[in-house]
Amino acid sequence: MSQMVDEGVAAEAAVGLGVPVEKGRDGAGVVRFFLRRPGLVLSIVMVVLVVLAAFWPNLFTSRDPLTGVPAQRFQAPGGAHWFGTDELGRDVFSRIVHGAALSMKATLIAVAVAIVVGGLLGLAAGFVGRWVDDVLMRAVDVLLSIPALFLSLALVTALGYGTMKVAIAVGIASVATFARVMRAEVLRVRQATYVEASRSCGTRWYGVLGRHVLPNAIGPVLVLATLDFGTSILAVSSLSFLGYGAPPPAPEWGTVIAAGRNYLANAWWLTALPGFVIAATVLATNRIARALDGEWTRR
Amino acid sequence: MRRYVIRRVVQAAGVLWAAYTVAFLVLDYLPGDPVSAMAGQGLDQTSTDPAQIAQLKHEYGFDKPVLVQYAEYLGRAVRGDFGDSVATGRPVTSTLADALPATLQLTTAALLLAILVGGGLAVLATYTSMRWLRQVLLSLPPLGVSVPTFWVGLMLVELFSFRAHLFPAFGNDGLRGLVLPAIALAIPSGALISQVLAKSLLNTLNEPYVQTARAKGAGRARVHLRHALRNASLPALTVIGVLAGQLMANSVVIETVFSRNGLGRVTATAVGSQDIPVVQGVVVFGSFVFVLVNLVIDLVYPLIDPRIVVAGRPA
Repeated sequence: MSQMVDEGVAAEAAVGLGVPVEKGRDGAGVVRFFLRRPGLVLSIVMVVLVVLAAFWPNLFTSRDPLTGVPAQRFQAPGGAHWFGTDELGRDVFSRIVHGAALSMKATLIAVAVAIVVGGLLGLAAGFVGRWVDDVLMRAVDVLLSIPALFLSLALVTALGYGTMKVAIAVGIASVATFARVMRAEVLRVRQATYVEASRSCGTRWYGVLGRHVLPNAIGPVLVLATLDFGTSILAVSSLSFLGYGAPPPAPEWGTVIAAGRNYLANAWWLTALPGFVIAATVLATNRIARALDGEWTRR
Repeated sequence: MRRYVIRRVVQAAGVLWAAYTVAFLVLDYLPGDPVSAMAGQGLDQTSTDPAQIAQLKHEYGFDKPVLVQYAEYLGRAVRGDFGDSVATGRPVTSTLADALPATLQLTTAALLLAILVGGGLAVLATYTSMRWLRQVLLSLPPLGVSVPTFWVGLMLVELFSFRAHLFPAFGNDGLRGLVLPAIALAIPSGALISQVLAKSLLNTLNEPYVQTARAKGAGRARVHLRHALRNASLPALTVIGVLAGQLMANSVVIETVFSRNGLGRVTATAVGSQDIPVVQGVVVFGSFVFVLVNLVIDLVYPLIDPRIVVAGRPA
């Protein structure tokens, strides 16, 4: 972990300045905003590193995550192997870096499913209103009454195993929350004077929807998506820990921890360090979600 | 009051029925074919000839139209019969009932722990006048909601079973075996409770009536605990309603980590062997717990805040 953070220090300045300038605020205010929040900067660095690892794992390690060196089994973390080695002599750090691709892909798919399906349901319910609203929202209430993990497990039972299927199962389990938030926002925006003005000018319904309602309603949904990113990482890794994700040789984060579990007594690093990476990633996305939700605009 | 109760009970029954329908749609209607799974469970693979599959399908009613199947299953489910487990052949209802006590023990312990520690943390963080203590306390909940439950469980085992030898690493035996799984299960819920309660306490402490109480000379502790906490606890109570179902679901992970027998283990095994009737029963039961706890909470609201019944709708 600490090494990963060190590597990112150089990138920190670029990230800190690059993101918000698009908003067209003054530079000094932006710098002050981030200087007062070192935790937020660290969180952005962490997420950038994880995303980089997911797409270009070779930036971080040149070791193969799947082939081990039998002579180097169960080596404790150190200079040669940052996260130690496992029962087959595979480098755990390399497995985590390469596993980011699987886990991030699953998480992104889960969030995409939730935001697209939930967003469309909420949009339809809020924009059309009347009986469509009633029917959709009752359905959403029912989905909310089934604990998310149970719903995911039922979907996994029906769909089968694999990273993709787990991702879809996790995504569908959070559809209901997105539908609710989207609907609430659409209802709020629909009452606004500018929407009424646009309507009275003769704009067609899709024009009103696309140009006025959607852009003004999407903000809180995107904040929820950031939060859901963390929740989905946890849900995906829980399901792959239970053994419903990618089959064993693949280094999905939950699978790596499940494999390390058998050596808990003599090789703590096989479970402790991968779990630490998961926790750090979720913590970072939650921190960013909190910043997006208010701190930035209240500045 | 009576009309309020009746309306809530009817609503609860409606949600349960709909949850059953969702479980039916997902599990019986999606591609996975329970009969092939059952046939695969046979003594040898050669026994899965088409005629036998057709017979099995007939036995379980899978050859009938979906709506007829649904009506039959629903009729039986209303009477508490969710069919037989495909893997063991035992009725689902008794499979779940046997596994329930251990899980109920675990989730109740975890919920109590979450409320006591999470609530205590929120009260202390908002009460203390020491800045550093407040900041340390308020930084714990975001951490608690970010750690994977299964990982916390494994770390507790590593530290307190393998190194310190204080608690057993797995099994169902007694109170000592309950400590670690209950802590692991309680952490995310407790963190959520304290986040919600702390926020609502801070808001409540700014209300005019709190100022009035202070102006009348009530002590700091009295204002905090008697005046503010009571009103501030409503949002936290709502969260507990959501948490009850989640704790039940998270027991799947925790019981796997600690090799405890219970509903969670039954669920994990059932998902592993595509034991559709059991998974269906679990989903409906999870929804039942959620509905039941929320019903109780809705009935408790008016006791804490008498304005709620007058308004006619729970906040």
